[in-house]
Amino acid sequence: MSGPSTYEPKYAAAKWMDQRLPIIRMGADFMTFPSPRNLNYWYTFGGILALCLVVQILSGVILAMHYVADVDLAFASVQRIRRDVPFGWLLQSMHAVGASMFFLAVYMHMFRGLYYGSYKAPREMIWILGCAIYLVMMATAFLGYTLPWGQMSFWGATVITGFFGAVPIVGESLQQWLLGGYAVDNATLNRFFALHYLLPFVIAALVGLHVWALHHVGQNNPIGISEKTESDTLSFHPFYTVKDAFAIAVFLVIFAVFLFYLPDALGHADNYIEADAMKTPAHIVPEWYFLPFYAILRAVPSKLFGILLMLGAIVVLFVLPWLDTHKVRSMRFRPVARWFFILFIVMCFILGWCGAGVPDDIAIPLGKDAGITFYRLGQAATVYYFAYFLVILPILGLVETPKKRPDSITKAVLGENHSTAGLAPAE
Amino acid sequence: MAFKTTKNFILGAIVAAASVTGIAYAAGGGVESDYKMEHPDWSFNGPFGKYDMVAAQRGYKVYREVCASCHSLKYVAFRHLGDKGAPFYLADFENPNDNPYVKNFAADWTIEDIDNETGDVIERPGITADYFPPIFPNDAAARASNGGAIPPDLSSMVKARNNGADYVYNLMLAYGSPIPKGVEITPGLHWNPVMDGGKIAMAAPLSEGLVDYDPVEINDHGELKTIAAPEATVEQMSHDLVQFLAWSADPKMEQRKSVGLMTLIYLIILSLLLFLSYKRVWRNVKH
Ligand code: HEC
Ligand code: HEM
Repeated sequence: MSGPSTYEPKYAAAKWMDQRLPIIRMGADFMTFPSPRNLNYWYTFGGILALCLVVQILSGVILAMHYVADVDLAFASVQRIRRDVPFGWLLQSMHAVGASMFFLAVYMHMFRGLYYGSYKAPREMIWILGCAIYLVMMATAFLGYTLPWGQMSFWGATVITGFFGAVPIVGESLQQWLLGGYAVDNATLNRFFALHYLLPFVIAALVGLHVWALHHVGQNNPIGISEKTESDTLSFHPFYTVKDAFAIAVFLVIFAVFLFYLPDALGHADNYIEADAMKTPAHIVPEWYFLPFYAILRAVPSKLFGILLMLGAIVVLFVLPWLDTHKVRSMRFRPVARWFFILFIVMCFILGWCGAGVPDDIAIPLGKDAGITFYRLGQAATVYYFAYFLVILPILGLVETPKKRPDSITKAVLGENHSTAGLAPAE
Repeated sequence: MAFKTTKNFILGAIVAAASVTGIAYAAGGGVESDYKMEHPDWSFNGPFGKYDMVAAQRGYKVYREVCASCHSLKYVAFRHLGDKGAPFYLADFENPNDNPYVKNFAADWTIEDIDNETGDVIERPGITADYFPPIFPNDAAARASNGGAIPPDLSSMVKARNNGADYVYNLMLAYGSPIPKGVEITPGLHWNPVMDGGKIAMAAPLSEGLVDYDPVEINDHGELKTIAAPEATVEQMSHDLVQFLAWSADPKMEQRKSVGLMTLIYLIILSLLLFLSYKRVWRNVKH
């Protein structure tokens, strides 16, 4: 809900500026932006994500000053950063652990959006920009993981770029064009570095649009009912600045525990071995945040169909606003969809588990030497993943009867019989 | 909650999810063998753990006298040995390049160099700024001397294997376990159930009494104190080696943990203050 601007320049200089470039006005309007008064902690992840992006860019720019993108020197340069650059160990871990934290936050943020129906009109563009951000984030993380030039860097890059080779007719040329040669090598490493440095700024620009769209239509909220009167809202500052700040501090505690005490818990031991094109690791496994997609990729025997499925798993997110046709946004009032949503989350975890497992190993034993393999389990979860978007939500959109909803945020907060009095914010 | 691998981490999350849905999972098995992995309680484990520096000093000796005939330590410089949090740190020598032990260790190695006057390849004693030199001139030479296998660099070995400290320790101890039926060991390979696949090109490097432990301990000020040297059993040498290699893989661990503690205390206090501010700002607001 972008109301009329309430900013009044107080000083002559501010007034002068306001008539020429209303940038102070923009900041002031941002701080007083009317936000729904009932936002819960799930709504703090947007701010947390903004911080994650800043952390990645700052640590990354400094790392780039010491990193050498050359197949003979890259691994050693990272060792040098960890051993010799003052506080290099901190920066390097911060960037690596930070990537995991970023994805942790983005998944919370996305599940939040899925649950409260934040992708529905009029927020389709916020959601689509979010999906675009997520896509670029995945590309950035993949490119970045190649840079330390460990065994998993090299083989991960080889496997993933190998999938482009499966594209009919142009596949092989496409793959060579991407790699700058016949295999992952110096040309690949250099272009990956260039792109890895570029993409975070693309993300920053997309985030700008994302927040712009958000401020244009206003934020959704846990009950999914639009803001109607002023009593439905609170000024962003101080109410949500302080709530976001608290959430950020708690998030940083978790970040710090990993950073200082479990810096390798989310990584692979194999990446401490320098890349060796002659030695394939026993298991090539991507980072944890890609595991669900890796399971979808391997859910079918055909390479090509596998990539199409994986791409489809992301494309389907983009069109979600038109797949879920139900009028009610928040799943709090959708008794049926809610259970399918919870099952969807469970399936995402199962997909992640299957992505980490060896396809032919038994995942769920049923008697001696028999059971459901990771391959089969991954297939089942993949089917559910797509069914959730393509079948369950569209059908529920037609048939589900929602629970009774409050008339407004104010009434939801104070009960049906209260007027808007007594809602005045402190100070 | 130290999840050693991503897989364990994911498994942990899944087991949590599984308890809801009633799914059970079976852990996969490695090589069939009677060998029981030992999991010593390493002094460097846990949020306050530190290296056992005296053991790491002995571990350096084992590395120097045994492993260094095959394995390099190329990401470690001699001066690193005298850094804060390193085995030979002396409080009186903040600059490790002045540390007498570090100087001696460096001089004990031969470094290949170019003579500035003549341009000839020469050999000179190491200086503190040098890195540990390569053991073999190239990979082909390394392979030729080791039955086709390259002895990997040991700088980050403890990080380069899952549960690396236990891994290296058990790798040393597991030699000589009975070879299971049906397993064929070709010449040049050795049975070691800890190694992935059970076959390793490295012969058992340690044997009882291989290293003469000095009956001295170096204190923070570089003074030697006479102590009873431990017996050089395979267990003792492996333990000491792991202390040294754990340090070489993670030389900033002690700094990391102490900065971590300060950061956490700061962040927890900050969270509390922000929570109180939140409560205060929102005190009259229903939401
Ligand atoms: C005679 C040469 C030689 C000596 C001495 C030697 N190693 Fe090795 N080591 C090798 C070779 C060769 C390999 C590669 C084995 C393979 O790939 O099958 C190896 C591999 C290793 C590995 C890696 C095993 C793996 O998981 O891939 C470790 C750890 C190791 N050695 C530790 C040591 C330690 C510690 C010492 C000193 C106590 C030592 N080695 C002494 C030759 C040696
Ligand atoms: C760099 C990554 C991202 C940043 C910095 C970011 C930032 C933000 C911020 C600050 C908000 C408002 C506060 C909040 O609701 O939490 C927001 C809202 C939103 N974001 Fe993101 N976002 C990111 C990624 C994504 C992704 C990947 C998606 C989904 C695919 C997404 C979907 C949404 C939606 C739908 C909203 C509106 C929520 C509502 O009004 O209920 N965002 N984002």
